[in-house]
Amino acid sequence: MTVLPPASSPTLAAVVADRVRRSRRRALVIGVLAVLVVAAYAVNLMVGETFYTPAEIGRVILGETVPGASFTVGELRLPRATLAALAGFCFGMGGVTFQTMLRNPLASPDVIGITSGASAAAAFAIVVLGLTETGVSVFAIVAGLGVAVVVYTLSFRDGVAGTRLILIGIGIAAMLDSATAYVLSQAAQWDLQQAQRWLTGSLNGATWDETLQVAPALIVLGPLLLGQARNLFMLQLGDDTAAALGVRLERTRIIVIVAAVGLLAFATAATGPIAFVAFLSGPIAARIIGGAGSLLVPSGLVGALLVLVADLIGQYAFDTRYPVGVVTGVLGAPYLVYLLIRTNRAGGSL
Amino acid sequence: MTTTHTLLVENLKLGYGDRTVIESLDLSLPPGKITAIVGANACGKSTLLRSMSRLLAPKHGHVLLDGREVHRLPAKELARTLGLLPQSPIAPEGITVSDLVGRGRNPHQRLLSRWSREDDLAVAAALDATHTADLADRSVDELSGGQRQRVWIAMALAQQTDVLLLDEPTTFLDVSHQVEVLDLLTDLNQARGTTIVMVLHDLNMAARYADHLIALADGRLHAAGDPASVLTEDCVRAVFGLDSQVITDPTSGKPLMLPLGRHHVNA
Repeated sequence: MTVLPPASSPTLAAVVADRVRRSRRRALVIGVLAVLVVAAYAVNLMVGETFYTPAEIGRVILGETVPGASFTVGELRLPRATLAALAGFCFGMGGVTFQTMLRNPLASPDVIGITSGASAAAAFAIVVLGLTETGVSVFAIVAGLGVAVVVYTLSFRDGVAGTRLILIGIGIAAMLDSATAYVLSQAAQWDLQQAQRWLTGSLNGATWDETLQVAPALIVLGPLLLGQARNLFMLQLGDDTAAALGVRLERTRIIVIVAAVGLLAFATAATGPIAFVAFLSGPIAARIIGGAGSLLVPSGLVGALLVLVADLIGQYAFDTRYPVGVVTGVLGAPYLVYLLIRTNRAGGSL
Repeated sequence: MTTTHTLLVENLKLGYGDRTVIESLDLSLPPGKITAIVGANACGKSTLLRSMSRLLAPKHGHVLLDGREVHRLPAKELARTLGLLPQSPIAPEGITVSDLVGRGRNPHQRLLSRWSREDDLAVAAALDATHTADLADRSVDELSGGQRQRVWIAMALAQQTDVLLLDEPTTFLDVSHQVEVLDLLTDLNQARGTTIVMVLHDLNMAARYADHLIALADGRLHAAGDPASVLTEDCVRAVFGLDSQVITDPTSGKPLMLPLGRHHVNA
């Protein structure tokens, strides 16, 4: 092993100080985000047509019967807020995985067709095949993985170039979105709210069944993805550098794609494609954490926070109740335009 | 002094898809020396380097590190012996110098044992060796080209490998920074016995700094040996299709190539 001469003590001190600063900042950001998620979750449980105090909500959670609150909180708000947090976490983690792996914020699964694939398959499974939760999830996952494979294969030529993959993905997403629209148009008796879920994403009518579909996916696939956090982190340096530093590229890519697509597909099957959450969470997390370590957990938390807050806004900020995806769409679209403009100015290569 | 590792290329054939870039190449890289690989654009220099660090699987033949095929070695084990600095590595937005250099420690770290005293020491030593210690907490985006290249070399040094491959480490640098980087690599080689293999564009820099020069032409070995025997007028004609005059560099005693173009040449 090549051993360099011992480092000078000021240098060592500077290295240690920078590392400690980064890990403190990381702990602080994750801590603050977690507190905000818990706070937003609590507000989602308390606020509504009737306001319930934290004490009343606590009693509902402990299983006591509280007149009014047991139904409103226990059967409506609790599953809804839980699904919002879990789905947001899945979207945030899945999204940043693709953005990191392809080193491009535009390479988010909701831009490159993976969410669209899961969404189209879920709509097809419900409307045409009449399947229920588990069947729908399986369909969504298979379609999400299928789209990932197709986009990846079509853009492969001496390696995968980010730009090519993104453009192909956008085309495929457009095709899949029109397929979703077509399937929904065939479901004459289907009510508007249900249709909207597959177009924009919505938490309306969230049930415990749906919530319990997403939780196991997060419990199984989340740790699988976190196990690859270090490798993903190394991939930020480019494929060649990462490989030279001992990362097994193909193995990492396969594990990471399967885990991320699984998370996205389970969440999409439960809530529909909540617009732009996967796309926004990673860059927001990156901005606040400033390169201090892996982005997986921070952007999962940002995703959960986005969905919880957007759902509050959608339900109570206006005279009409809007599905959560409308609110996140309004937040996300300007950011997409901003990214495109910035990229264009930087020289055109995405 | 470090242990010396042998790096051999046997009957190697490389390519992308149907296109063959390197055709049956045999090479022996002298341990503990500086080797420079030169050749015209697209002659397969970078492809060869990528294959030697197992980024590209051979279509035929082997790359042997200490007699073991590099494409079969466990990824991290290889990365503790052989490092590669690619031609255009990517610095993530906002990353600090010490964070970037610290990532060179990856092959020495396990999944759960995170950061050790040894890692801190290796990073600090790499910063000192590359004179980048005062940049430790700066963002890589803010650095000049020369500083950035030194930081990347620091990352490769933090990896603490006995063999270091570099793909055009001096491209995009002005002449003073080129000399600085090559001097740094020579220091490393002389003080620690690190085997250095680098692709260089500039023939004269290659002839001056390398102990061993390899000239590739059209994916084949044209000549290999000490710079004085390799860098000749015939070699430049065969490899680059260029007429030239090769003289002895008065400052180093190494060969110096003067190109003979169609203009500004005394009859």
